[in-house]
Amino acid sequence: MQTLNQILRRIPVWAVYLLGALPAPWLFYLGVTGGLGVEPIKALEHEFGELALQLLILGLAVTPLRRFIGLNLMKFRRAIGVLTFAYVVLHLLVWLVLDVQLLSQIWADIVKRPYITVGMAAFVLMIPLAVTSNNWSVRRLGPRWRKLHRLVYPAAILGGLHYVMLAKGFQIEPVIYLLIISGLLLLRLPISGLLTRSRQADSA
Amino acid sequence: MAHRWTNKLTHADVTPKAAFLNRRQVMAGLAGVGLAGLARPADAQEGLEPNSWEEITTYNNYYEFGTRKDDPAKYAHTLVTEPWSVKIDGLVDRPGDYAFQDIMSEMTVEERIYRFRCVEAWSMVIPWDGFELADLLNMAGVQEGGKYVAFETAYRPDQMPGVAFPVLEWPYREGLRLDEAMHPLTIMATGIYGETIPNQNGAPLRLVVPWKYGFKSIKSIVRITVTDTQPPTSWNMAGPREYGFYSNVNPNVDHPRWSQGSERRIGGGLFAKREPTLMFNGYEEEVAGLYEGMDLAKNY
Repeated sequence: MQTLNQILRRIPVWAVYLLGALPAPWLFYLGVTGGLGVEPIKALEHEFGELALQLLILGLAVTPLRRFIGLNLMKFRRAIGVLTFAYVVLHLLVWLVLDVQLLSQIWADIVKRPYITVGMAAFVLMIPLAVTSNNWSVRRLGPRWRKLHRLVYPAAILGGLHYVMLAKGFQIEPVIYLLIISGLLLLRLPISGLLTRSRQADSA
Repeated sequence: MAHRWTNKLTHADVTPKAAFLNRRQVMAGLAGVGLAGLARPADAQEGLEPNSWEEITTYNNYYEFGTRKDDPAKYAHTLVTEPWSVKIDGLVDRPGDYAFQDIMSEMTVEERIYRFRCVEAWSMVIPWDGFELADLLNMAGVQEGGKYVAFETAYRPDQMPGVAFPVLEWPYREGLRLDEAMHPLTIMATGIYGETIPNQNGAPLRLVVPWKYGFKSIKSIVRITVTDTQPPTSWNMAGPREYGFYSNVNPNVDHPRWSQGSERRIGGGLFAKREPTLMFNGYEEEVAGLYEGMDLAKNY
């Protein structure tokens, strides 16, 4: 683990941003050229949404990975978080611009379709996190920054729930995502809680 | 009873495929009962993009082979469709196991180019080959008192990887009212583009009810039962609030998950525009009479 951590320490953060950003233009290219099948709009929407969930899970795993197996990804956590938000935005944009298209329909969908309401709530919760993902905000907000960033917990649950709810019938994959997210949150339970005011040794 | 209906959609609405141009159903219609079906002006169909063989056979909902759209095309080849028989029972004069070949030898196969509208708000135009369900039901002889027709898809865990997951309660079940089943538009499809229907599209024979959402058009049928009570149907069992027994295409009645006012034709690529959904999927003239006096918002 020590050597692994040493190797990780040598990887620059920009490399993680770059690697994480690559799937976006690649998937878009595939969508334009037929690589995503005969219905690329839904496929692209799904790919971006699934990537966002995967990055969300990776971000939530940083703390438990360090605590339980000593793997240190802390240096990349902000990059993972910012990338998560970027894919949520892309997912949302594909839905708005390519999928639904009609402005009047968008609001109706947000209000009327519970899985969209839940997804939008997750997105809204993530906005302040993305806005404050910079050193200035961390300094400025001090201990409040940490408290604010606990919003990622409800956002993650809502994101996982969004996927479970939109699936037709009982589908196993979305349930697995939700279980992993729940598991990663449960790992934090003994030492942290969303509403407790107890001092956090280490959280997020 | 064949040739009771002729296409308004022509091959101009599906992928031009030279090999099939000489067997346009328009011609079959001319040779058959008449010109009644040609009433709609040709320009009403303009703007429809063609659906290719690839589109029709790689984008499928057939959860017995997986829930992703490309799963059926990948995995349905394991389904053994020969030999195949259909058990026809219930309120019929001649119940029994009907071998697929024996059915085919009695039926008149014709081409029907239909719009296909999925409840998920996507659509295609598909040139089916098939025979009228009415002919099959008459072959078995529907008895007095028969009011509904129930259908069942094959359930074969060794050939269907998807049934290992409880996505739905297997086997897949569907049903129609008898008058819907006997309607000239209702067919059992056995082919597409003149080719044998691929497994992912419901080989060897499937129902096609073009004015209802696609999930009503049950695939790979092994059993047809004429009953006097409304039969349970799979999606209705899974979510009665979302999927009604009738499930007629209706732009005015929204599904809890999707607005049904518009749809996207498969094949338009990443920047495809939505199109308005037509009442009864464009077959209002033919089928509205079946539902006269019914509240379609209640009987969704």
